[in-house]
Amino acid sequence: MNWITNQVLPKIRAFRQRKDTPDNLWTKCPGCGQMIFHGEMAAALWVCPQCDHHLRIGAKERLGLLFGEAGHSRIAVPAVPTDPIRFRDSMRYAERLRQAWQRTNGEDALVVAEGDLDGRRIVAAVQDFGFLGGSMGLAVGEGFVTAAKRAVQGRMPLIVFSASGGARMQEGMLSLMQMPRTVVAVQRLREAGLPFIVVLTDPTTGGVTASFAMLGDIALAEPGALIGFAGPRVIQQTIRQTLPEGFQRAEYLLEHGMLDMVVHRRDLRATLSRLVGLLLPAGPRVEQPEMAAGPQHP
Amino acid sequence: MAQTYLDFEKPIAELEGKLRELEQTAGGNDINIADDIQRLKGKAEQSLRTLYAKLTPWQKTQVARHPDRPHFEDYVAALVADFTALAGDRAFADDQAISGGLGRFRGRSVMVIGHDKGRGTDGRIKHNFGMARPEGYRKAVRLMRLAERFGLPVLTLIDTAGAYPGIDAEEHGQAEAIARGIDCCLDLKVPLVSVILGEGGSGGAVAIAAANQTMMLEHAIYSVASPEACASILWHAAEKAREAADALKLTAADLLALKVVDRVIAEPVGGAHRQPERTIAAVGDAIEDSLKALCGIAPEALREQRRRKFLDIDGRARP
Ligand SMILES: [Zn+2]
Repeated sequence: MNWITNQVLPKIRAFRQRKDTPDNLWTKCPGCGQMIFHGEMAAALWVCPQCDHHLRIGAKERLGLLFGEAGHSRIAVPAVPTDPIRFRDSMRYAERLRQAWQRTNGEDALVVAEGDLDGRRIVAAVQDFGFLGGSMGLAVGEGFVTAAKRAVQGRMPLIVFSASGGARMQEGMLSLMQMPRTVVAVQRLREAGLPFIVVLTDPTTGGVTASFAMLGDIALAEPGALIGFAGPRVIQQTIRQTLPEGFQRAEYLLEHGMLDMVVHRRDLRATLSRLVGLLLPAGPRVEQPEMAAGPQHP
Repeated sequence: MAQTYLDFEKPIAELEGKLRELEQTAGGNDINIADDIQRLKGKAEQSLRTLYAKLTPWQKTQVARHPDRPHFEDYVAALVADFTALAGDRAFADDQAISGGLGRFRGRSVMVIGHDKGRGTDGRIKHNFGMARPEGYRKAVRLMRLAERFGLPVLTLIDTAGAYPGIDAEEHGQAEAIARGIDCCLDLKVPLVSVILGEGGSGGAVAIAAANQTMMLEHAIYSVASPEACASILWHAAEKAREAADALKLTAADLLALKVVDRVIAEPVGGAHRQPERTIAAVGDAIEDSLKALCGIAPEALREQRRRKFLDIDGRARP
């Protein structure tokens, strides 16, 4: 042990403190502050091996975790007008969007894909908190409506992974109107008899929680995810009291009857697959010969 | 009743103050003063007209929040006969930030639901300043479903700064309650008509305002976030609320152009609070027009018209 303490740890510390350490080599866990090797973090599905904190992940990673080897195909979201009210705060919204698009190749905060989940065809819609806080404007509304439409056309379940700070204020009331707009899409799914499952991930607040994200037939959440309508800071400022321990976290919502279950990221895929199988015992199956060997759902 | 003046109404306040002074001293005898009074009256009216013809979005925000602006209870008292308030969400509590009940609007049985800001210190506290908790939205859903069972049109009157941000509200599922409110609005097979009376504050407003026809008083505001909240989030400075109000496009005229609202109801010169009776009557006439147009439509078509309207809010230009 002495050898590790005296020789190895200082070297690791020195290495971590080097300014030229590439960002992608180490990831600092927001839960415990430990530096974890990027590769190790990815292998652990971006769940901290030290403290089990579920890190926020992008849409690409999320789709990879959900569909795995089976793969998936993206469903294009039709273009909507950008900057509809010509908004400007400290920066033009058009410029803010342009910068954000550079990271995502022009995609907004919700992407849609279709793929196989244990031999069953599903549609997935994934919000990306990294894109302007996952905020819902016209493009996110359009994405959700597109996903629901595709699900209804192909008689597939829709699984949504929410992550959002709320409505995109830079689109004014057009963003607020995406709340009723996405709710209509949920109603279309419901009336087509198709499952709508929501996985609430960290963080889901504001107009997204108060529209499609809280209307799932089944509501799951990842451990520790912040979920609410008002953000904790707003509540704190309004009531001027200390917020209870664990307030607005997934476990707290489960305790208060707002969720069906809190599911560890490593169990999420299997849980979703089981739920879809149970809801649609004779549901839409993938007609591909290699899938016949997969798990059977009578 | 003493007039409450807003900051930007200072010139009007001075003119009208002088006018009152003159009227008191004159006692109606002095011909010369009577002429002065007439002239001053004309001047005050003209200034008010000019001022209110081009209110800025931030000024409209002040007018929309004016303490003397007619509230839910005033509309119900003047427009709804036999109003019978109904209470409770049948699960936890009766939230008086949203009131509702049965009544007769110009001969028609209706369900009226609205944010109730209350008046006076006690009234405001009792109604929590019109900021509803989940129980308020759940009561609204219960009343909308009740109306639907008996084929009654639903009128919702919107006037809230927003849903209440509190610990209990979050614990009881504020987000879910709002989502179910919107869900219910868009599922009803009876006519649903909404009027934004004062403040249409974000999710807490739209929860009961996803209507076949959404109308808005001329100086009301309807916004994704309050100018103050928007300023503190996007400008990191609450004092930039004026700029935020400009940028948000929250006025009735802007929202009519964006097709977020279907009709703007004109207010008397100087705002609704100067002539409440006229304002309330104008709102009544507009509601009557809407009901006349909607009451003949088949239930399924009525629901589909409402859903289609919101599905079409995609930012694309339509002829
Ligand atoms: Zn950790």
